[in-house]
Amino acid sequence: MAQLKQEIAHLPRFSPERLRIEARKEQRKARLLTLFIYTFLIVASLPIILGYGWLVLNSFSETLAYGVLPKGWTIKNFRFLWELPSRYYPDLWRTTWNTLLLAVGMTIIMILVATPTAYVISRMKFPGRNMMLAMTLILHSFPGVTLLISLYYVLRSLGLLNSIVGVFLVKAGLMLPLGIWIMKGFFDNISWDVEMSGLVDGATRMQTLYKIILPQVKPGIAAMAIFSFINGWSEYIYVITFIQKKESWTLSSYVNSIIGDFQFIDYGLLSATALFYILPVLLFFIFTQKYLMTVTVGGTKG
Amino acid sequence: MKRRGYGMIVLLLLPALLIILAFYVVPAVLTGTMSLTNMDHRLSWNFVGLDNYKAMLQDTILSRVFWNTLLYVFGTLLCFNVTFGLLLALATSYIAERQAERTSMFFRALWLLPRFTPPIVYGVIWLWILDPTRNGLLNGILNFFGGRPVSWISEYPMPVIILTNGVIGASFGMILFYSAITSISKEYTWAAEVDGAGWLQRIRYVTLPLIRWPLMFVTAYQTLSLLTSYEYILIITGGGPFYRTTVWSLYAYNEAFGGYYASYRFGYATALTLVLVLISMVASIIYWRVFRFREMMSEPKIEVI
Repeated sequence: MAQLKQEIAHLPRFSPERLRIEARKEQRKARLLTLFIYTFLIVASLPIILGYGWLVLNSFSETLAYGVLPKGWTIKNFRFLWELPSRYYPDLWRTTWNTLLLAVGMTIIMILVATPTAYVISRMKFPGRNMMLAMTLILHSFPGVTLLISLYYVLRSLGLLNSIVGVFLVKAGLMLPLGIWIMKGFFDNISWDVEMSGLVDGATRMQTLYKIILPQVKPGIAAMAIFSFINGWSEYIYVITFIQKKESWTLSSYVNSIIGDFQFIDYGLLSATALFYILPVLLFFIFTQKYLMTVTVGGTKG
Repeated sequence: MKRRGYGMIVLLLLPALLIILAFYVVPAVLTGTMSLTNMDHRLSWNFVGLDNYKAMLQDTILSRVFWNTLLYVFGTLLCFNVTFGLLLALATSYIAERQAERTSMFFRALWLLPRFTPPIVYGVIWLWILDPTRNGLLNGILNFFGGRPVSWISEYPMPVIILTNGVIGASFGMILFYSAITSISKEYTWAAEVDGAGWLQRIRYVTLPLIRWPLMFVTAYQTLSLLTSYEYILIITGGGPFYRTTVWSLYAYNEAFGGYYASYRFGYATALTLVLVLISMVASIIYWRVFRFREMMSEPKIEVI
């Protein structure tokens, strides 16, 4: 640097040569900064890259040398797809079906319940509207752990312990205030004139809702659906707390048990089951991350 | 006509009201009532007044849990959710601005991925990275260089849970800060550049002051989220070894459903969770005052979001 300064010291202030040398200097500095930033990003992301990379590589290999380099390709880690890991495990496909039921059940409830509610709150005047809005916010500040124990009581009283239906009702209930707020935002963005023109043309409120409003909030519904599906598919706490019976296990309970039984014996099996579990999420994630980035903001995870 | 209108409103609202009533309002009321009983797995309502709250004062483990919670919440917040989230946002916005929007997008998506991974799968990944034998990533690398394996989880439990939660937590700040940074109007940046400010100076004197509100919002909001999040701790350390990573919410969970040492102390656990709600409220009031959020609400001072 000092050398460069000396080099250009004798040149007149705005001579083309001096400007060229200075521009080159600037460029080199910018390139260095870029290099530094890329290095930071890559090094910082290593745990994530290696972690998810391992999940895939380890599932298809015999062993890993030094814990990282795969040796000997195999699919024997996936034998759980056709045989039980041990006789204490429930059928994998039944477990997968339960997980799907949880995810789909939750998605359907969220769409069917949050959409009309958000529409009414966004569009109509009725007594108690403000109270309802305030309530959805206050309820949202009640954390899940506070309600977990009383929800256990409620589910038990309703005979819904150990059932997928119970879990997705509870999850949908806890997510509903957030869903209503998000959907209300989408409805608020549609101008009144559009709806009014429908009404003037003689359509009923319901017809305008179906034919004019709903098509316009489709992106909102899609975002909420994807979000609910992934949320339901991934659920851990409510599943292991409310479901003990093996017939009602989801993949969360399944992988949880594999950790307990096989962590130090059979890493291949563990990573293969985990990969099997994450696969749908991964596909969803790759194709819909743009949607997800907009909804994340409402998430409550630390 | 008017009555028909209300009928439709009631019809549309009914499902939401029923679900919220059954799975939100009723449980909230039940929680308050339960905290006054000594309910256990038999689920009998035995009112004992404020005994549970008095018991908390004598609970020797609880003071330890309290300090764990403080350390965990503010450790994760300062290291990851705010600082690291900000670094990621700065780095990815730099790349998006100058080189490649797609690369920037890739890194943001990569950091968002843990948030959408099923918690148990995320746990599996970390259990492998931190495995005490040389089958794990860290010990595998140590072994390559001739080191002896370290049992990370039992020797450094607190850093482990801060790290594992932080990798998820950083993405929240990253997304918010990124959108705040990229919507700073270009004139400011150009003005600073003309004045001869370098990248660091631009961050210090232009970017940071302009994203002040998002910074404060993330700090406050994530404090509350961290106070009530225990899922990943439960999976990775289970609160151990010997309560060293048991935070308040996990303590309440384990008192109720932990199974292995306490069994179904529902009354005590609900009282614990209610105190946690109280702590959250106090924290939000403090933040509200200290960060002067009222100002943010009253005037549109943030030009960036």
